[in-house]
Amino acid sequence: MENSTLISIEALKKHFLTAGGRFTALNGIDLTIGKGEFTGVVGPSGSGKTTLLNIIGSLDSPSEGKAIVLGQSISDLNPKQAAMLRRSRLGFIFQSYNLLPVYTVFENVEFPLLLLQIDEDQRRKMVMDSLEWLGLTDKIKSKPAQLSGGECQRVAIARAMVKRPEIVLADEPTANLDAENSHHILRTMVRLNKELKTTFIFATHDDKVIGYLRRKISLVDGKVAKDEITNN
Amino acid sequence: MKLLFRLAAKNLIGAGRRTWLNVIVLSISFIVIIWHKGILDGWNIQARIDMINWETGGGQYWQNSYDPYDPFSLTEAHSKIPVSLDSVASDGHMAAILITQGTIYPEGRIQSILIKGINSNQKILKLPASRFDGNNEELPALIGRQMANDNRLKEGDRVTIRWRDIHGTFDATDMKIAGIFDTNVPTVDLGQVWVPLDRLQKMIGAPGEATILVKENIDSGYAAADGWKFKTKEDLLKSITDLIKIKSVGGIVLYIILLSLAMLAIFDTQVLSIFRRQKEIGTYIALGMTRGQVVALFTIEGSLNSVLAGLLAALYGIPFLIFQAKTGISISGAGKEYGLALADRIFPAYSLGLVLTTIILIMITTTIVSYLPSRRIAKMKPTEALRGKLQ
Repeated sequence: MENSTLISIEALKKHFLTAGGRFTALNGIDLTIGKGEFTGVVGPSGSGKTTLLNIIGSLDSPSEGKAIVLGQSISDLNPKQAAMLRRSRLGFIFQSYNLLPVYTVFENVEFPLLLLQIDEDQRRKMVMDSLEWLGLTDKIKSKPAQLSGGECQRVAIARAMVKRPEIVLADEPTANLDAENSHHILRTMVRLNKELKTTFIFATHDDKVIGYLRRKISLVDGKVAKDEITNN
Repeated sequence: MKLLFRLAAKNLIGAGRRTWLNVIVLSISFIVIIWHKGILDGWNIQARIDMINWETGGGQYWQNSYDPYDPFSLTEAHSKIPVSLDSVASDGHMAAILITQGTIYPEGRIQSILIKGINSNQKILKLPASRFDGNNEELPALIGRQMANDNRLKEGDRVTIRWRDIHGTFDATDMKIAGIFDTNVPTVDLGQVWVPLDRLQKMIGAPGEATILVKENIDSGYAAADGWKFKTKEDLLKSITDLIKIKSVGGIVLYIILLSLAMLAIFDTQVLSIFRRQKEIGTYIALGMTRGQVVALFTIEGSLNSVLAGLLAALYGIPFLIFQAKTGISISGAGKEYGLALADRIFPAYSLGLVLTTIILIMITTTIVSYLPSRRIAKMKPTEALRGKLQ
């Protein structure tokens, strides 16, 4: 683990209003995450994993406390600044892949670069590099509906990685995959983490994922119950 | 913006059948609106030309007492052609018409008519007055095709005509149908009998007098004349212009219905899209698009329906509209029943203005209809959208 801190969270609380009253999803989280970490937020359903990832990803904002991500306070960002942060410095991988259905594999991976207005030649090169890392060069013209679950998730990883983000947030990335595909995906992410020094943060309760983590932050009822470095 | 257009086009084409259904409905609206407006414009142009050629010329001087809607004043509504206009009339730049009431007795029936006297050498109106020539003994008369059909008269027939002179004395003679003319202007046809001006002047005892003077159709202004009032071409065409305006308003109802159908389809598609594509919306936001950009993307997607519809409409609409403009639409004298200047066949007239106005109207309406449901996106929580949860 390297020292430079990318994420700093202090006394973070998140409340939601529900039909039954106020529900506290995060209840005073304190943690820091440094560059190059391969970290997982683990815990049972409803423990606040996804909420924490959403706040780190500037898709949601804290109710109380501070979340500083890449030097920017999430509470202080306006929607446009939050969009810029996600566009240029964060990558997302979702449980159900969230690929754009009418686009080809190439176009899905190209999408983040289009938003960054990278010129066509460089864009093409970056997309091809990314697809090469994930072993998808023979699928560039396929549409998501023509791919298997494992292939879809690899496209999603390629899309998350193509702009070389500093942090990749992966919410239950293996939940829809079989064991073989899960290991394949995880090995790929470990390789990318090592080669590109990208910080990976997972929200998961899948033991297969947990087996690859180098740091495991366990959440229970919105609080950090355990924060441990593993031997991976 | 270029990126949004590119993405929107891709999404729209990718939506397949849903898009094409909207596009087809919208393209039909394009064509029907242009076609219907073209018919009205074509009718307007045709009717104005016919009325100018057959009746109004470039404007008319009316004897001060003349009121076309008051037949009882006709006995007084004539006087000498003013000196200031006499030479103009003699040079053929003006046609004098004398009008009086009369009656004909075709096949023993009584038919009230207007007897109109006009010079046989006039060239201002299309009326074939030269056919009066060469018949000095009998009273030659011209009648329109509809008048001939209504009274079962044909060329060469003789029919008794009765009138009153300026002293109120009845007189009668036999007139011979010297010709039957075809016109689209019912006001020179129905209930009208045209005779030579000098003969009518003699018949009613009003030598050198006229009721109206029809100016030739050139923009030359007009001279004032004592005892006569000038009616411009636009004054005389007002009835047809007003009628077309009323028809156009009626047409707007049709456009609104057509556009509403098309817009309903687009609105429905947009609302469905926003519900069905919540995950996609969440993904766009997660990948770094602002909510404003996503709203713009969906609005452009909706608006592009009108662009595709325009292209499709051009594909099948241009040949159809050209075909209609060449062959016209048969309405077989329906308008004559109502006294309208309506040809048997109307040729639609499409102007660039009409096409552009229609395109702009449809595009603006489509954009508004696409934008309204898209505003919901701005209120969506991206975290909920990503999960595809209905909001």
